[in-house]
Amino acid sequence: MVHEPFSPATAMLAGMPAKVLFALIPLVGLVCFAWIIARRLAPLLRAAPHPCWQRIPERILLVLKIWLAQWRQPRYMLAGVLHIVVFFGFLILGARSMQLVILGVVDGFVWPGFGGTLGAAYNVVKDFASTAVFVAVAILAVRRAFFKPARYAVPEKYGKDHTPEALFVLGLIATLMISESAFEGSLLAAQGESVTSATVLTLTWGFARTLSGLQTSTLAGINLAAYAIHDLTFFFFLCFLPFGKHFHVITSLFNVFFMRLQTGNIKPVAYGISDAQLDDVKSFGVKEFEDFTWKHMLDFYSCVDCGRCSDRCPANAVGRPLSPRFISIKARDYAFEHYPLFGNAKADAVPLIGGIYSEDEIWSCTTCGACEEECPVGIEYIDKMVDLRRGMVDDGLVPQSLQKPMSALEKRGNPWGKLEKKRAEWTAGVGEGVNVKLVEKGETAETLYFVDSITSYDDRMQKIAQATARILSKGDVDFVVIGKDEKDSGHDVRRFGEEMLFQSLKEQNSEAIRASEARRIVVNDPHAMNALRNDYEDMPPVQHVSEMIALCIENGKLKLNPLADASKTYTYHDPCYLGRHNGTYDSPRQAIDAIPGLKRVEMKGNCRDRSFCCGGGGLMLFYEPEEEQRMGVVRVQQACEAGADVIVTACPYCLTNIEDAIKVAGLEGRMEVLDLVELVDGQLQH
Amino acid sequence: MDAKVFVYVAHKDGKADDSALELVTAAQSMFPGSNPVALVAGSGIDAVCQETAATYGEVWKFDQAALAYPNAELLRPLLVKVLPAGAMLLLPHNTFGLDLGPGLSVQRGVTYVPDVVGIDGLEGTTLKVVRQEFAGQVSAHVHCAVAKGAVITVRSGAFRPAPAGAVAGQVLDRSADTAGLSARRKFVELIQAEAGDIDITREDVLVSVGRGIGEKENIALVEDLAEAMGAAVSCSRPIVDAKWLDRPRQVGTSGKTVKPKVYLALGISGSFQHLGGIKGNPFLLAINKNPKAPIFQAATVGVVADLMELLPVLTEKIKKSR
Amino acid sequence: MEILVCVKRVPDAAENEIVVGAGGADIKREDLVYSVNEWDNYAVEEAVQIVEREGGNVTIVSMGDSEAEEVVRREMAMGAAQGLLLTDAAFDGSDGLGIATILAAAARKGEYDLILTGALADDGAGQVGGMLAALLDWPYASVVNKIETKDGKSLRIGREIEGGTQEISDIETPCVLSIQTGINEPRYVGIRGIRKVASIEIPILDAGALGLDAAAVGAAGANVRRIDYFVPQLGASAEMLEGSIEELAGKLVDLLKAKGGIR
Repeated sequence: MVHEPFSPATAMLAGMPAKVLFALIPLVGLVCFAWIIARRLAPLLRAAPHPCWQRIPERILLVLKIWLAQWRQPRYMLAGVLHIVVFFGFLILGARSMQLVILGVVDGFVWPGFGGTLGAAYNVVKDFASTAVFVAVAILAVRRAFFKPARYAVPEKYGKDHTPEALFVLGLIATLMISESAFEGSLLAAQGESVTSATVLTLTWGFARTLSGLQTSTLAGINLAAYAIHDLTFFFFLCFLPFGKHFHVITSLFNVFFMRLQTGNIKPVAYGISDAQLDDVKSFGVKEFEDFTWKHMLDFYSCVDCGRCSDRCPANAVGRPLSPRFISIKARDYAFEHYPLFGNAKADAVPLIGGIYSEDEIWSCTTCGACEEECPVGIEYIDKMVDLRRGMVDDGLVPQSLQKPMSALEKRGNPWGKLEKKRAEWTAGVGEGVNVKLVEKGETAETLYFVDSITSYDDRMQKIAQATARILSKGDVDFVVIGKDEKDSGHDVRRFGEEMLFQSLKEQNSEAIRASEARRIVVNDPHAMNALRNDYEDMPPVQHVSEMIALCIENGKLKLNPLADASKTYTYHDPCYLGRHNGTYDSPRQAIDAIPGLKRVEMKGNCRDRSFCCGGGGLMLFYEPEEEQRMGVVRVQQACEAGADVIVTACPYCLTNIEDAIKVAGLEGRMEVLDLVELVDGQLQH
Repeated sequence: MDAKVFVYVAHKDGKADDSALELVTAAQSMFPGSNPVALVAGSGIDAVCQETAATYGEVWKFDQAALAYPNAELLRPLLVKVLPAGAMLLLPHNTFGLDLGPGLSVQRGVTYVPDVVGIDGLEGTTLKVVRQEFAGQVSAHVHCAVAKGAVITVRSGAFRPAPAGAVAGQVLDRSADTAGLSARRKFVELIQAEAGDIDITREDVLVSVGRGIGEKENIALVEDLAEAMGAAVSCSRPIVDAKWLDRPRQVGTSGKTVKPKVYLALGISGSFQHLGGIKGNPFLLAINKNPKAPIFQAATVGVVADLMELLPVLTEKIKKSR
Repeated sequence: MEILVCVKRVPDAAENEIVVGAGGADIKREDLVYSVNEWDNYAVEEAVQIVEREGGNVTIVSMGDSEAEEVVRREMAMGAAQGLLLTDAAFDGSDGLGIATILAAAARKGEYDLILTGALADDGAGQVGGMLAALLDWPYASVVNKIETKDGKSLRIGREIEGGTQEISDIETPCVLSIQTGINEPRYVGIRGIRKVASIEIPILDAGALGLDAAAVGAAGANVRRIDYFVPQLGASAEMLEGSIEELAGKLVDLLKAKGGIR
């Protein structure tokens, strides 16, 4: 170890050993930090339970992928890369930062094992790291201050702009990098070039070169000052983290560890309460802040304020009063306000609806999942929306437009209130000698075709049911349809907060499905598929008809004719509940591509897990939102921009919304939409 | 049956209501050969009484300041007092008739026959009428025992107006009977519906939309059609209840009365409350998905079609034809 | 305030197709879905809102059979503390006056400040409220679309009259009001809400308990009897046009032009 001409642990400050100060700063800093964290934990201790310790290996993998490997960051390339630099920089500099703290008290401290080559190598790496972080932070600051990307903007109703906070923190980080490099550089300058270990073109190297030639006493002063600044800034920053969006620096690891492992499902009304016990639960859903689970509160703390969720949110894009980012930020600020650092938690529990959230804000969500797909720290939104809706339903706060279909679902098992006995009327019009077997007639089969409400009753969608029946028949699938005892799957009843009605529908359907004795279920409606697969229990495996079609094409059971008119360009719209929530992106594409002569394009940037929601299905068809335009219209415009003339989709709700949107956008004659099964049915070789 | 028949004549701003002429026909259909007596109550009603006397043989005038506004709670005790035992009273079936009639029948101890749309005849002391139930989806034959008298409310437009001015009737001043009237409900004021920026009552061509349009956003298609035609948009009550259009655009008994030359009824079922707001026998074109919709009875021309399919094509063609 | 709300169980008009049964004696009822009369639901919501503001109790009453209990319970789930069911074979076939007589007997058993009914029900007569008021000798107002409590002795009400005009009056309590749709936005009642009131006992009162003479009510006492249902012969009706969408649109353009519809 080269003798150092000066060091913070041996310096004197205003007649006192500086190490006293450098012992005090960490001590005070850590005590404050512990206090702050304890206060921040307070609401979590009052929160609803959230099971967290199951499936640990999967959780570890998620942490490695999403937290450590920053898997979702590059989805926004520039910001993503810059953040990855800062993130890895912080990880690398962790050892150095802690060494520095101890250096102020223990002179010449070095981590055990860092004495020789490892230490030298680390020094090089850390110099690059701090330089890279500094450059990244500078770019980020310029970007924030001058280029102001749209997703960071704060609409007036949500308060003041967040740019000052962002720039402040970037400034703190820059200060840390500069002060650390100045500390090292001044020391190297004092030790002379020959003992320099500064890596070329790093900040440290820059300081070492700039400061060389100065008097030792001056360098000692700079060194001490740099150290002090670093120490103070470090602990200030540590204590500042829990006050804003940089809390994620601490909480993100935990947040990702505890994030949802499965998509498409909805949390139970309360963890630890079985469905049979629901009748005894006094209050359903989230009405006050403390009704959230501790994991959801942790979500609020972890929000990075990056705006990626709102940037992809279709409700936000069309001007509905919902911005997922602010669902988190507002709740976070509520927690900060009601659980202050000093004094008791404010006892007046304010209802969330009518307080920080409005009714329409919560009803606006289509549960498409785009927000959850983007969030780099694993924040969940859908379960919160459902919980808030459960609370509103419990208190009777349901918009009039939704009350009628909910009442019809209760009485007739479908939101239009149509007669049960007409549910299987579509089977009469299948044609081609196909006789659809019906459970209501006592028939059974290996495969159950679960049709669900819209496909059964809607004049337009019945054609999809008929096409599906023809395809199944052509594919030699022995199938049966339940008929009049089939009820709505209840998929969106549950997601709109009417849990008990959902349970009732689930019970009735489960019984009917068991009566069919089927060993697998096929559906054309992704909402039905999601319900049967993720909401219901003990069901046979569920498949979407597109998967079955792809399989039958592969094994030659279905052969497709070339298109009569090959001039059109087709594009595939990924339905939210088939794609994002259930991961089926390829089978429909394979099916479409199997048609000879068909030209297909992708809606670049808006396809697969970035598909833009058509407007929502189920009860969302009845809700009257306040919006500037329809989601379906935005989607149709995206298809136009991609150069398509025909949109192919695989969900009856998508078909409804997009058909309507084509009319409203005045694009009839220039854009068409059809369902995948209709396309395939039209090309089937007989 | 030899009952005395009375008709309550409603009036506004010095003019008798259309129902006055219809009720004469109704009275004579129910009780052939009867000469109904008109009852006119109000304040400063000489002109109305003269006008009414030209159709009714006998008019009883009840002129009193307290009756300036037709308060059913004040008029009820008056009618109990002046109507002889066994008398039949005909009222229009509107918000006034609903307010006055039921309680009046109880206080007189007579039968109440509400919302009559047709007469089958009087057999002895049984009055046989036709009513509607289930929002006009079915009709019913109803028999009423009217030996002791009755209070009967009659649907607007169910009977043709009698020719006015065919009689030289006399007006009897019974205002003395109005002394000492009191009620436990006092009229305060009227609040007119907001004027809004549109007065559909002045429009010659109306494109009217009903529940059959489906969703709020589809109203844009109706607006496009109206614009292409140079017409105004109006609607039926459910559209206003759902807050898709403002109340000033509502046609019907609880909305505006319109007298256009051309009236398009799009997705409107044709309830009597809606049709009650259309006067003057316009060219009525009805487009509805349901071939059994009652509107097709009232329409001049009807088309069974899906509005979402037909409207855009129709709008296009109209634009091209200009 | 002690408020009594009269509710009726009716076929859900919007969700059902009303079809006359064979012979016309009745409509076909097997496939019908029943619920509370829409106007009555608005009345219950109004009563619950008044009591939430001013304190008091809401009682739901219905004349009907055991199936009507389900409707009474659903309305109680909106926020009414009590329910009453008036059931007796002797009540069958009652005309409007009979129903009002039965309800009046139930009303006299309590001490109510206000009785609400719906303005209309499935038979479109709108008579029971007015008759009930006269039987109790209370003031009455129909098609009420606004209620404001003033002092303890009267209410300021609005009635929805023709043309959308609102007629404002002051009415003394106790009184009977029939409620028009649109007066408020009824709250949602789900399965859970109904389960919460599932265990509340709903007393059943028969003719004897109400002190009624069977001859005065039911078919025995009815002065108005429905003989049958029928669908009238369709008279002169519209000229119906046919054709494809294109053809229809073409014909309509010509027609509208001829009639002066295009300006």
